[in-house]
Amino acid sequence: MSLSISQNDWSLHRRGPKDQARHQEKVREAIKNRLGDIISNEAIITSQGDKIVKVPIKTLDEYHFRYDPGQRGGVGGGPGGTKPGDVIAREPGEGEGDGQLAGQEPGIDYYDAEFTIDELAAMVFKDLDLPNLKDRGQQLIPARKLSFTDVRQKGILPNLDKKRSVLQAIKRHAMAGGTAPRQESDEEASGEPAAPPKKFRLKNDDLRFRTYDETVEPQHNAVVIAMRDVSGSMGDFEKYITRAFYFWMVRFLRTNYRNVEIVFITHHTEAKEVSEDDFFNLGESGGTRVSSAYTLCRNIMHERYPADRWNIYPFHFSDGDNWGDDDNEECKKLIEEIIRFSNIFGYGEIREAPYRANYESGLWRAFKTITAPEFISLQITAKDEVYAALKKFFFAGDLPQRSAS
Amino acid sequence: MTTQIDNNPEKTMGEVWDVAQQFGLDPFPTHFEIVPAAMVYEFGAYGLPGRFSHWTHGKAYYQMKTMYDHGLSKIYELVINANPSQAFLLETNSALENKMVMAHVLGHTDFFKNSLIFSPTNRQMPESVAVHANRIAAYEFTHGSLAVERFLDAVLSLQRHISLTPRNRPEDDERRLTPEPDPLTTPYDDIMGMGVIAAPRETPERSRKIPLEPEDDLMYFLIRHARDLEDWQRDILAIVREEMLYFLPQMRTKIINEGWASLWHYRIMEALDLAPTEYAQFSTMHAGVVSPGPRTRVNPYYLGYKVLLDIEKRWNEPTEEEQRSLGRTPGQGRAKLFEVRETESDQTLLRKYLTEDLVHDLDLYSYHLNKSTGEWTVDNGDWKHTRDQLVASLDNDGAPLIEVLDGDYHRNRELYLIHRHGGTDIDPQYAAKTLEYLYLIWNRAVHLEARFEQRNFLLSYDGHEHRSTRI
Repeated sequence: MSLSISQNDWSLHRRGPKDQARHQEKVREAIKNRLGDIISNEAIITSQGDKIVKVPIKTLDEYHFRYDPGQRGGVGGGPGGTKPGDVIAREPGEGEGDGQLAGQEPGIDYYDAEFTIDELAAMVFKDLDLPNLKDRGQQLIPARKLSFTDVRQKGILPNLDKKRSVLQAIKRHAMAGGTAPRQESDEEASGEPAAPPKKFRLKNDDLRFRTYDETVEPQHNAVVIAMRDVSGSMGDFEKYITRAFYFWMVRFLRTNYRNVEIVFITHHTEAKEVSEDDFFNLGESGGTRVSSAYTLCRNIMHERYPADRWNIYPFHFSDGDNWGDDDNEECKKLIEEIIRFSNIFGYGEIREAPYRANYESGLWRAFKTITAPEFISLQITAKDEVYAALKKFFFAGDLPQRSAS
Repeated sequence: MTTQIDNNPEKTMGEVWDVAQQFGLDPFPTHFEIVPAAMVYEFGAYGLPGRFSHWTHGKAYYQMKTMYDHGLSKIYELVINANPSQAFLLETNSALENKMVMAHVLGHTDFFKNSLIFSPTNRQMPESVAVHANRIAAYEFTHGSLAVERFLDAVLSLQRHISLTPRNRPEDDERRLTPEPDPLTTPYDDIMGMGVIAAPRETPERSRKIPLEPEDDLMYFLIRHARDLEDWQRDILAIVREEMLYFLPQMRTKIINEGWASLWHYRIMEALDLAPTEYAQFSTMHAGVVSPGPRTRVNPYYLGYKVLLDIEKRWNEPTEEEQRSLGRTPGQGRAKLFEVRETESDQTLLRKYLTEDLVHDLDLYSYHLNKSTGEWTVDNGDWKHTRDQLVASLDNDGAPLIEVLDGDYHRNRELYLIHRHGGTDIDPQYAAKTLEYLYLIWNRAVHLEARFEQRNFLLSYDGHEHRSTRI
């Protein structure tokens, strides 16, 4: 009889996992190339900072000559009685999951890569830097007493300021419409004996820590002045881009530069300095007078941040719609004044791609004549350009040449 | 529960073998190897044990493993076309499962041995594949694994474009194997072709034209006529082509082979003396194997099984009409089955033997995508339409038919391909990427003539940019 049987030990055989590891490596490379797309993902921008983001990553495409999947029908079998016109499956909608069509199109497989926001942040920040940083800091004398001088969002748990953290959570909840608070909070640290009657769920971004300086490293004093147009002309897209950019900017600064201050300014026809929360959450209305923001920026700089001791980084995001040519000229003059004391001035104009075409706003045209190399302007027409904007504003190395654009 | 095969596997095999022989099966000598699940889906992903490394195999391995780990699929067995054949059994199979699997495997190895479509295949392929893998590993060592991977990426993208049909290629005799020196080599060669607007296909002089006739074995063409390849690259092309030629018959006979093996595992198990509980368990397993499948795809096991059963029945009980006009005599079912297994492929089987009754009983239908609603909808059309759609989907083993028309396009050694449109457009985005791969191998501009939405286009790639021209 020509049959035989055996059983051997395959435990050392590793070819499959080894090749799969190579595939994984290539997928991660592909992710790096798509970072622009991924970081503008809604799940991240609207997260509270602690989520693990599930990003659907296709397995790598294996290109070959194939039929167009949308054109290629097929043959299937039913339970009986199928008639012409019956619908047997549906394409998943935009942004939905695989739905019922898992396996419908061979070759399109999703496997969710999971990243924490910190992991993504590390990938993003790898190439970012505070540009044109100058040695303007003062030496700090080591304090004899440790004095708690500051309250920040990052710190060590023993320094957790419970009261402020809980207050922050309450504030956030109230602003979110005062929805019913959850039953438990997951942070043991927030359990004060005389806690408010309802317990709130604390998020990472609510936490506040008392911090103190104890090192003698020379400090690079730096301040970022974040300005944002909140006039009525800023639509959903413009709002989202501004928010996405500043989300990553703030995160970048807080992670890498512990001593950076951030000043938040919103403007419509008037400008005002606001808290970080308000900056991210205020609604839009009103007309636009950009000069109001630049004026406020300049005044704050004069009052609080003398240029000989501070590295200053003003940024402004807008859709370019301004009051009129007079104001455009006024803005240009203000920028030229501000820029004498700034390391760079970043201007980002946002307009969604189909409406942009070759349109140049009045503001953009006025700014074209600014010659200072510290002035960096760019346009954003799509979500995946946020990453490019981050890289353009936060670069390492020398100032770029200012080209007439 | 013990997961080991029963403690007298030789005896089990003996019983199965005896019954199989009584039924007239004639398999290759078969060796069974008991392996962990990881090995079964690894061999499934690579096609053969010992095959060369590549990330695409890793990806397939991962997908199979995931499906298995989530209980979405189970590969009971894997059997290799070779003489002697090798079959791998899941070490977690129960004794009953293995009985069924052995019977199923013998059906396969009988098919490998007796199907004419398999007669040109290399029955020592497992050894050859290991030799190939060693050569490729040596190239990785010498030239770097990245360089080899990049080249393999390109070669694998084209591997389906081969032909099993042997033929004479007259131009092969006229050309020496060593590449001829360029008739005109100047420092400006690379810009000579630029800016040339794609003209309709020129009719070059007959003596210079390569290929003389449209060539559907693109891989062969590249091996013979791509000039700027190093020896190791040409070897890799030849290796991949040879391995794909080996697999092609299996791809071409999936439905009939699985139907055949399912039919025989059923009959063999019935003939074995199973206890009632065993029989009930077996019935469940069998039903799982030959189940109809999802609404969007027909299960090849199910289709093949039903068609073969139908053939046997019809030839056992021919109608009055058939007896009179075709001279059929009753009781020829078994003989007809054995004849069919020898001569038919999936496509010819369905074209000849998928009847109106079968289409109706199995509730088969063809469907298309309604682009505006995003719904996959059943076509209007009768059973013939369904049958014809199914048969057409098997054209060229499911791959678009690409032919080489000219290896010296523009008198500039550019490569001109055409997609022979059979009713469905190809994917233009994938095509563009594949042209980039082709360029990597051919090293001169490459062109593909194809029809999209009823209009003819010429897709071109010159190493720097893509162009798409209406023709």
